[in-house]
Amino acid sequence: MAKTLSDKFYSEMKKLEPRYPTKVALLLPALHEAQKEYGWLPSEVLAEIATYIGIHPAQVTEVASFYTMYNLKPVGKYHLKVCTNVACLLRGADRLVEHCERKLSVRCGETTLDRRFTLNEEECLGACGTAPAMMLNDDYHEDLDEKKLDQIIAGLK
Amino acid sequence: MTTETLFIQHFGRDENRSIDYYTSKMNGGAALKKALSMKPEEIIAEVKASNLRGRGGAGFPTGTKWGFIPKQSPKPKYIVCNADESEPGTFKDRDIMRYTPHLLIEGMAIGGFAIGSNIGYIYIRGEYTREAVLLDEALEEARKAGFLGKNILGSGFDFDITVHRGAGAYICGEETGLLNSLEGKRGEPRVKPPFPAQSGAFAGPTIVNNVETLADIPFILTRGGPWFASLGKLPGSGGTRLISLSGHVKKPGVYEIAAGSMTIRQILQDLGGGMFQDKKLKAVIPGGSSAPVLTADEIDVVYDIEPLMKIGSMMGSAAIMVVSEDMCVVRLIERITHFYEHESCGQCTPCREGCKWMANILHKIEHGHGKEQDLPLLLDLADNINGKTLCALGDAAAGPVSSFVKKFKADFEAHIRGKKCPNV
Repeated sequence: MAKTLSDKFYSEMKKLEPRYPTKVALLLPALHEAQKEYGWLPSEVLAEIATYIGIHPAQVTEVASFYTMYNLKPVGKYHLKVCTNVACLLRGADRLVEHCERKLSVRCGETTLDRRFTLNEEECLGACGTAPAMMLNDDYHEDLDEKKLDQIIAGLK
Repeated sequence: MTTETLFIQHFGRDENRSIDYYTSKMNGGAALKKALSMKPEEIIAEVKASNLRGRGGAGFPTGTKWGFIPKQSPKPKYIVCNADESEPGTFKDRDIMRYTPHLLIEGMAIGGFAIGSNIGYIYIRGEYTREAVLLDEALEEARKAGFLGKNILGSGFDFDITVHRGAGAYICGEETGLLNSLEGKRGEPRVKPPFPAQSGAFAGPTIVNNVETLADIPFILTRGGPWFASLGKLPGSGGTRLISLSGHVKKPGVYEIAAGSMTIRQILQDLGGGMFQDKKLKAVIPGGSSAPVLTADEIDVVYDIEPLMKIGSMMGSAAIMVVSEDMCVVRLIERITHFYEHESCGQCTPCREGCKWMANILHKIEHGHGKEQDLPLLLDLADNINGKTLCALGDAAAGPVSSFVKKFKADFEAHIRGKKCPNV
């Protein structure tokens, strides 16, 4: 099988190997690292991780599908995850979600046709003192309102 | 009231996270140096004397937990920091990691020495991507300063820490779910016993402690267990508490109080600045979303572990969420239960099925399709989950539902009779 994961992936893994007593423990770090390269985790990538660790591909899928942050389907270039848990709900998260849905013309869980944006509702992000909050790719945006959200989206290339 | 705070004065400024700040302004390294000159059992005795109770939610005495680790073990021992911070409403540990990461690192090294472990992991929730990077930078600084690595401060003791990122699963805040996740598995909680102290990470004796718990340790070593215990105003509960205050208050944020020194009403008024937009208080969720709800006239309770337990709720992770009358309480518990349904790992039938049914019924009531008999049914469902699951997630889902139904019955009945949410 031809390798699809980069040399960087393998060198990152090499660095981590001595830090764990088992190779399977590298599974979560490997999935994170692979997703960094691809934006999501296609089945050939999962299979390659399985080969690297020395487990069955089904075991990789079994674990990857347990965690919400691993994208088993492609996502847009910008992945908006708006927290709607208690603290954000109390501070207007519902309005924020509706605003995103209208502005991007998608429902939660969908990706825009041009593949630029994916919108998701998110469980508590641990930013409740600055609610409502959302994640945009790896970054937190806090103390949000519709105006601030518009500015953030307008600033995206 | 002026009480000494340990953390909060260092929060809010990025420059405070450096090891230079830590060693020059926070006496950084002194605790570790002292610990390395002590016997492990003396350290554990000091932590026991401090009356430090776990800050993650269960409130278990930390010294006692450390004492459970066998002295001799054929397998390596581990110390794991639970930085999953996934209990809704909780955001204090994020500030510790952002602004005072070296307290956590030093606390872990001391813990490692006390239990005879050379390997530490910080299991951090996946969403805290930036905080994980900051921790890695802090670890590198600590290695350069000789606080981590081989032969720490010339003592012959080796200890190092690895940051391990989660990937979005509330259940990984449960300590055995966390350990499975660390081992590269689904984060499903384990059958206990064996407890982690006997067989934890990679089947070795393991301590799992919350971020704040470990960050308290350096203070206990430098200033003594009895001093730390004396900060607390109630017997058996020492130190200060970081409170995550959110929802309908004027000034949400992280606050620090001497343990047991304030009532919820005082916290809400004196720290939170009173109600957001001066609305009327409807409810308080006092310890993360797993905590049974309190009504507006139950908030004169002293905010600490035992007083909250006495009135049938819990302090949990010290996350207070304040709810004004603007929020429909049925909508609120519907959202909370949706969360537990989503996060139930599915291993135990009562939790997997029960959460789903409770969520369905609450959704029906909120949208005007509820029936009178749904209320006793909800209580019955909650009762059939409570205490009947491997881990505490089941209880965490059941407690809020029964407390909301019992304490806000009139609100539920109004939805059922009026066939709609009165707030919409």
